Amino acid sequence: MNRRKFVQNSGLTALSALIGAEIVFGNAMPKGYIPLGLQDPDPFKMFDKDPEMLVLNDKPWNIESLAHLLDDRVTPNRAMFIRNNGKIPEKVDPAAWTLTFDGESVQSQKTYSLAELKSRFSKHTYQLTLECGGNGRSEFDPPAKGNQWSVGAVSSAEWTGVRLRDLLDDVGIKSNAVYIGYHAADTHLSGDPNKEPISRGFPIAKAMQDETLLAFQMNGKDIPLAHGHPLRLVAGGWPASVSGKWLTGISVRDQVHDGPKMVGDSYRVPCNPVAPGTKVADEDMCIIESMPVKSLITYPKTGATISHGKNISFRGHAWAGELEVDTMQYSIDFGSTWKECNLEAPANRLAWQHFSGEATFPRKGYYELWARAIDSLGNAQPMVLPGWNPKGYLNNACHRIAVKVV
Amino acid sequence: MDPTEKFEQSARAISRMMGIIFAMFMVVGGFLVYMMIDPAFSAFRPAPEVAVVVATPLEDDFDKIENGVHIRTGFIEGEGLMTVVNNCTNCHSAKLVTQNRMNEDGWRATIKWMQETQNLWDLGKNEDIIVKYLATYYAPEKKGRRQNLADIDWYVLEK
Repeated sequence: MNRRKFVQNSGLTALSALIGAEIVFGNAMPKGYIPLGLQDPDPFKMFDKDPEMLVLNDKPWNIESLAHLLDDRVTPNRAMFIRNNGKIPEKVDPAAWTLTFDGESVQSQKTYSLAELKSRFSKHTYQLTLECGGNGRSEFDPPAKGNQWSVGAVSSAEWTGVRLRDLLDDVGIKSNAVYIGYHAADTHLSGDPNKEPISRGFPIAKAMQDETLLAFQMNGKDIPLAHGHPLRLVAGGWPASVSGKWLTGISVRDQVHDGPKMVGDSYRVPCNPVAPGTKVADEDMCIIESMPVKSLITYPKTGATISHGKNISFRGHAWAGELEVDTMQYSIDFGSTWKECNLEAPANRLAWQHFSGEATFPRKGYYELWARAIDSLGNAQPMVLPGWNPKGYLNNACHRIAVKVV
Repeated sequence: MDPTEKFEQSARAISRMMGIIFAMFMVVGGFLVYMMIDPAFSAFRPAPEVAVVVATPLEDDFDKIENGVHIRTGFIEGEGLMTVVNNCTNCHSAKLVTQNRMNEDGWRATIKWMQETQNLWDLGKNEDIIVKYLATYYAPEKKGRRQNLADIDWYVLEK
């Protein structure tokens, strides 16, 4: 669909409709001139993303990466997926930015300026894997509602900031604190200024981890606007929706946080497994915490054709939420046999790990190269879809690429 | 000089000046309006061929349908299309609808969820029209537990 050209033509028609007459010399209008207000934003330029990425949604912006674009050991902005529930804030002024701690379980409410956060507390950098809870949703049957992510809603960038724990210590929290909930500057799609698009959080134990950051840098630079500039929470290994962007507040709660997208079936799965398509009551749904073990073949790109006798050197990343990946395997015969391949230790806890191997193919034909990670508790990725759930979360089925030997 | 005559004389002078200013304004204004319509001054050049853009009502083009698809939104053409366009693309992109597949119950539950949490208005009689359209053109397909890899873009892998 050539929307831009369509808008251009309709603009001329609109002008002629406005004048109520034929625009006889309409063809003499400068070519390529589009009135400013009608210009279509180019998301790839606007967000500095690889043009191969897939726009799932443009209101709100949701853009997915592809397996082969995620080949870097540390994910650059160019290949990082964008997930939004609301509208990206339009005006961000780091000089005036503040973060307020409140809620039932703070000793007293306290507000910090961004400058104060940066100067008063020690800085830490970690590589942290953030995966959307709904990554892989497109495969579920019956289909699940929401953005239909395939495999590209995952990243592992280096985040720099201060520890949430250090701030909570400075604020002073009561012994009845159980949960934190974030508040942010994004705005609701309906335009209602009193509605938060999303306000999620996690238990105090997660808040107290070394790697849980209030981050102001990504890969050594200011965080890009679409990823939460000037301040965001980063809690690796959990659904990325707990890592609130454009952070303005933290509520320390004496109960499980009940902000939008914490309740109902959002980011929840049935506490006990259900048959596909089952209606599940709210009270039988449990909040997703650690993400499951998963891996992605990032080289070669799917569709590789090689000559008989040649091998394929493949590589990729594997991660396991709060845990580590222990073993990495691959198969060229649809899981009939598995072979182990090389797996590196993570750069730090909650960073993805790199694997690599060399696959040989016995004869000509169509193959699929499958990858399977096994975590430190012995949980392996399933070859078919894992347990169905109403919103299509936690699909960690084995990733596979197509190979032809000719 | 008679004060009355003097007054009349200056009144005439002012009126003359006003006239000149008005005429100048008309000339400049006319020029600017012309610039808007014909910025390339093509009317003063020998016109090779003159294309005529017929002033069709705006809506005709704005809601153009090509090959069974509503161009502006990507929705499939069908009964209830414009009701869906008018009610379901104000807050979010049509892409959020067209990438999803649900049966009638699913679409109805989604509408209810939007009304309860996302400020969607009461759709009244339109609800049935919308649900029928969505359940017809955006119905689930059986996918099973794992599908074949599709849309493979084959290439030669050089080492």
